[in-house]
Amino acid sequence: MRVKARKWGYKLFIVLFSLFILFFFVLPLLWLLTAPFDTKATLRVSLPSTFTFNNFRTIFANAFAIRALFNSIVIAGGTMVGVTLFATLAAYAVSRLKIRGRDILTYLLVLFSSVVQGTAAMVPIFLLLYRLKLVDTHLGVIFVLVGGLLPTGIFLMRDFVESIPRSYEESALVSGAKPAQVLRHVVVPVLRPGIMVLAVWSFVQAWGDFLISLIVIRSPTKMPAPIAIYSFYTEGGTPVLTLVSAYALIYALPVVGLYLFVNWRFGFRFFGGIKGSGR
Amino acid sequence: MERPRLYLMRERTFSILPRSIGLAFLTPAVLFISIFLLFPLVWVIVISFTNTALTGPGAANPSFVGIANYAKLFIPTRWLRPGEFGNALRNTLLFVLGSAILGQVPLGLSIALAFHRRKGLLRELVFSAATIAWILPGVAVAFAWIAFLDRDFGTLNTILGFLGIPRIDWYFSYPLYAIIFFNIWRGTAFSMLLFSAALGNIPPSFWETADVLGASAWQRFRTIIFPLIRPSVFTALILVTLWTFNVFTPYLITGGGPLFRSETIPMYTYRIAFKFFEFGRGAAIAVLMMTINFVLATIYLFMQKRRRII
Repeated sequence: MRVKARKWGYKLFIVLFSLFILFFFVLPLLWLLTAPFDTKATLRVSLPSTFTFNNFRTIFANAFAIRALFNSIVIAGGTMVGVTLFATLAAYAVSRLKIRGRDILTYLLVLFSSVVQGTAAMVPIFLLLYRLKLVDTHLGVIFVLVGGLLPTGIFLMRDFVESIPRSYEESALVSGAKPAQVLRHVVVPVLRPGIMVLAVWSFVQAWGDFLISLIVIRSPTKMPAPIAIYSFYTEGGTPVLTLVSAYALIYALPVVGLYLFVNWRFGFRFFGGIKGSGR
Repeated sequence: MERPRLYLMRERTFSILPRSIGLAFLTPAVLFISIFLLFPLVWVIVISFTNTALTGPGAANPSFVGIANYAKLFIPTRWLRPGEFGNALRNTLLFVLGSAILGQVPLGLSIALAFHRRKGLLRELVFSAATIAWILPGVAVAFAWIAFLDRDFGTLNTILGFLGIPRIDWYFSYPLYAIIFFNIWRGTAFSMLLFSAALGNIPPSFWETADVLGASAWQRFRTIIFPLIRPSVFTALILVTLWTFNVFTPYLITGGGPLFRSETIPMYTYRIAFKFFEFGRGAAIAVLMMTINFVLATIYLFMQKRRRII
């Protein structure tokens, strides 16, 4: 009986703990779900006094706001293509060539890319883009993001490449396939899930970037959504909550959509990748 | 005796990827990483010894100023004052300690342990909610958090009100706690996912043995589970520490204020370099920041028995 009671106590504890954690993660986001549909949104989370889609209509009628979303798509899309293509090629080469010290090199790059994507390298990056005449261009933002995301991208992708047995490629070569054919018909099909994960990951990273665009982009017509949202302010400098919340929701939705897609397709978890144990 | 022929063939003719093609595959990545990652890391050190600026004498012809930029950060009588380097450094250390080392990593581990070998709706909901908090764009969650912790209308104060606790002006009275709290919310998913992958790699027989021996939950954790996931704990500590050290999103919530009480080093760097446009001094802060990160990473590496992390 005592064992049973203890087991029930444990179960109850787990349920209470999970509910607490669930509230902890959900409550801060509720405002993003209620305020956009309220004609008189405040900072309070409440069912809209008068439910409306007008806030969204106002935004879709605003050319500047729509252009900013389009700019975000350009930046995130360009970064996605660059990171996915170059990281896949590099990860395949790193995995199939013998390169000394590649593990420690990848590790150091992964560690320090996070420092560079922070503020540490913003001064040299700004000066570099200035000399390359890439300040105030989407290409400049894309280049910096690609450079910063590649190490982690290669690291993620390498795990997928390593999971392909070498014998696949060897037997294709023995059967007389040309190297290009092996890549197209053997390697790429097997890597498809990895390529998908990499594409989604890099898109989400670039889509959410704020700091690099803040430093590189100057003209309003080129601003991506996370910068443009700060123009929905009154002259007194306080945000127009109806518009800010609606725009933030529109801007956040693609990420939620991609998450649901990845979760449905692959299950969102770490693929052996960043596991601690040495192999 | 002659070597078997097949062996020779495997070694010589069937290298899967010809070296020249392999190097061609590597080239674009190496170029981008060199130009936009490695070169800035080296150049920032050079800039930190000059008076480079956007305007004034340092703009046209920056000149070498020795360690002047560094010396300015460490003037003993004032470096700990609000808005100075020492203040930002202290805030950053508290921020990293509170939100990464005492916050995200233990909380992520607790969630992973609580849901290990469990399935069901509750697990799906908790994992999804935590992950979405982690991957949503910083700007969107920043506005949500401004609303969440608002003194008059915020959800947190409303809930505390039900419990009879008077309203607290989080962003005015406890700005540093507010961003620590925010960052725990924001980043716990990484540790949670990492640890649940690590726990998944432990063979089920280990758990069963512990059950048969009648080990208590704590004994089981300390003697069986922790030693097995120890490498993951260090991986989480290193990565989360460095990420937290460099994170900029809290700036979107408090702006470093009020009166610089929640200003961390990335915000300080940004202010000096891109509000005052003193690139030389900004670079000096960046170099110090990278040095601290490097020292922290090295300490963790030495604390870990096994040197290989990945």
